[in-house]
Amino acid sequence: MDIHEYQAKEVLAGFGVAVPTGALAYSPEQAAYRARELGGERWVVKAQVHAGGRGKAGGVKVCTSDSEINDVCETMFGMKLVTHQTGPEGKGVYRVYVEAAVPIAREIYLGFVLDRTTQRVMIVASAEGGMEIEEISAEKPESIVRAEVEPAVGLREFQCRQIAFKLGIEPGLTQQLVRTLQGAYRAFTELDATMVEINPLVVTDDNRIIALDAKMTFDDNALFRHPQIAELRDKSQEDPRESRAADRGLSYVGLDGNIGCIVNGAGLAMATMDTIKLAGGEPANFLDIGGGATPERVAKAFRLVLSDKNVQAILVNIFAGINRCDWVAEGVVQALKEVEVEVPVIVRLAGTNVEEGQKILAKSGLPIIRARTLNEAAERAVGAWRNDLSQGVTVRAVS
Amino acid sequence: MSILLEKETPVIVQGITGKMARFHTKDMLDYGTNVVGGVVPGKGGETVDGLPVFDTVEEAVAATGAEASLVFVPPPFAADSIMEAADAGIKYCVCITDGIPAQDMIRVKRYMYRYPKERRMVLTGPNCAGTISPGKALLGIMPGHIYLKGHVGIVGRSGTLGYEAASQLKERGIGVSTSVGIGGDPINGSSFKDILARFEEDDDTHVIALIGEIGGPQEAEAAEYIRDHVTKPVVAYVAGLTAPKGRTMGHAGAIISAFGESASEKVEILSAAGVTVAENPAVIGETIAKVMEVA
Repeated sequence: MDIHEYQAKEVLAGFGVAVPTGALAYSPEQAAYRARELGGERWVVKAQVHAGGRGKAGGVKVCTSDSEINDVCETMFGMKLVTHQTGPEGKGVYRVYVEAAVPIAREIYLGFVLDRTTQRVMIVASAEGGMEIEEISAEKPESIVRAEVEPAVGLREFQCRQIAFKLGIEPGLTQQLVRTLQGAYRAFTELDATMVEINPLVVTDDNRIIALDAKMTFDDNALFRHPQIAELRDKSQEDPRESRAADRGLSYVGLDGNIGCIVNGAGLAMATMDTIKLAGGEPANFLDIGGGATPERVAKAFRLVLSDKNVQAILVNIFAGINRCDWVAEGVVQALKEVEVEVPVIVRLAGTNVEEGQKILAKSGLPIIRARTLNEAAERAVGAWRNDLSQGVTVRAVS
Repeated sequence: MSILLEKETPVIVQGITGKMARFHTKDMLDYGTNVVGGVVPGKGGETVDGLPVFDTVEEAVAATGAEASLVFVPPPFAADSIMEAADAGIKYCVCITDGIPAQDMIRVKRYMYRYPKERRMVLTGPNCAGTISPGKALLGIMPGHIYLKGHVGIVGRSGTLGYEAASQLKERGIGVSTSVGIGGDPINGSSFKDILARFEEDDDTHVIALIGEIGGPQEAEAAEYIRDHVTKPVVAYVAGLTAPKGRTMGHAGAIISAFGESASEKVEILSAAGVTVAENPAVIGETIAKVMEVA
């Protein structure tokens, strides 16, 4: 789960990381008012969206008066901010964060990640702050400093000092950097983050080390023990279909294609999408309905897939291991009776009791296209969609 | 000999009184697995399917001589159960539980390394379907009947995709020596490399099938290991050619976040290491059959 910059800063500040003074606003008037409250002569207005690269996309503006803040916010609020991390649809701006501008002497990149090679927390730092880490690794790989944290003892001070010296931090500021690193590490482990990125971490003209931007991602599997973090979820930043799926306990990722997929198991779901692609189609989604393919679950899955208006055929691929194909077939039949499905449905069953399952599908009288293998299913799905197109039939009433 | 699991291996089930655990314990017994008991704190003295339940793994090991354990404990408590097994002298542990926090798994891995190598527990999973040595024993939740006994060693991250591969092999009359699920989590007990090393040493395994997916460095590490250390033919399939970057595809670990983590890059890396790659999940069985003819 991602959170907003202002939330990440609040969390990090709680662990001793210095952040600029700032205030949240839900409207242009409020933003101008909050700036006056903060005082000073220069402010930075920052769109709060769950994505990086906001600066280049027009989501970060420096202002020197409240009227300017007001004008900047008039355009910012309600806009869809499109950055290299959002995809073409962008993310809506419904909150802005106003901060007192900080005089910057130098910028540092600081990231904490779960490193899958060492299977430990890894610190990644670079003296080339302000650039995206991808750019730094491509253009200045030699500037990157890494440190792996031994989980039994946590991040040691000597490691922090090593990082400080490698980054060329002035000796008088080392202790501040040590405090920042250890604070961020504690936030990472104590709150079950999977990523903390402070970019840039700045050294100010008056020798303070401050987190000018902050991003945090949390482990969904650990939210049960951090209700205060779970509360920070902002659904306006999520794909509505995916939030709906998550609320129903289904794992769904929307894509651009037109062949909907309903599959059990994540690996098999990805493999099914690949087979559709190889058969000449484009998958509309990833959907893993999990172990128990009960009629209710299958019906939910059909509704979810059909909520994507681009879907023109649905491929159901179930490998019944613990399940039995006859149960799954009954689930599909019942779901198809409940949910109005106007597109061709292709069902491939495999595993336990597959013959009985096929019989149930055949006897149902429903226009289900059956397939025996994964390839056959993908070809029939693509074929059914193409055939409908070539016959000029609108397979789906456009609402 | 099989890797990790033999017909005689005495097995306990941690969390045996849960609904799913009971179901699969029965299934494992029917398959012929030597299940000798279970562990649920506070339920010591009860029985499940005639098997004794103990309060601690330590007691279970003392009373039954258990060497392997299957963890069916809910996510908040699963890491602790794995560590308990490691401490009690269990040699091989399979964790089925999906949804264990990554930080908990980091601690589990650290904890296991406190033991010297000769008494360090081997863990596969979490978030996996388990391990089966067909005709001998099943330690997990997979349907035993889709596996024939034979000489293909399967190692994969996905459960159902592994079933798909096994059933394609069965259709062609090809059997499996052992199939190991390493699970879909980012931090896992054993990597592809760890299992490949075991298959390479295993006389019963003639060909190895590696079933990977997007995300993480383990397929690339496996490729390097295969190039340098594996003499047996390896066939691979990598799921997720159509998966977009930066999105989690069901498994917590199935997310492309760095260079070399997409399916096409992994295919390229594996091919360069001499692995025969099945381009399409529907031809995994066919590709293995072809490789076996040549071998």
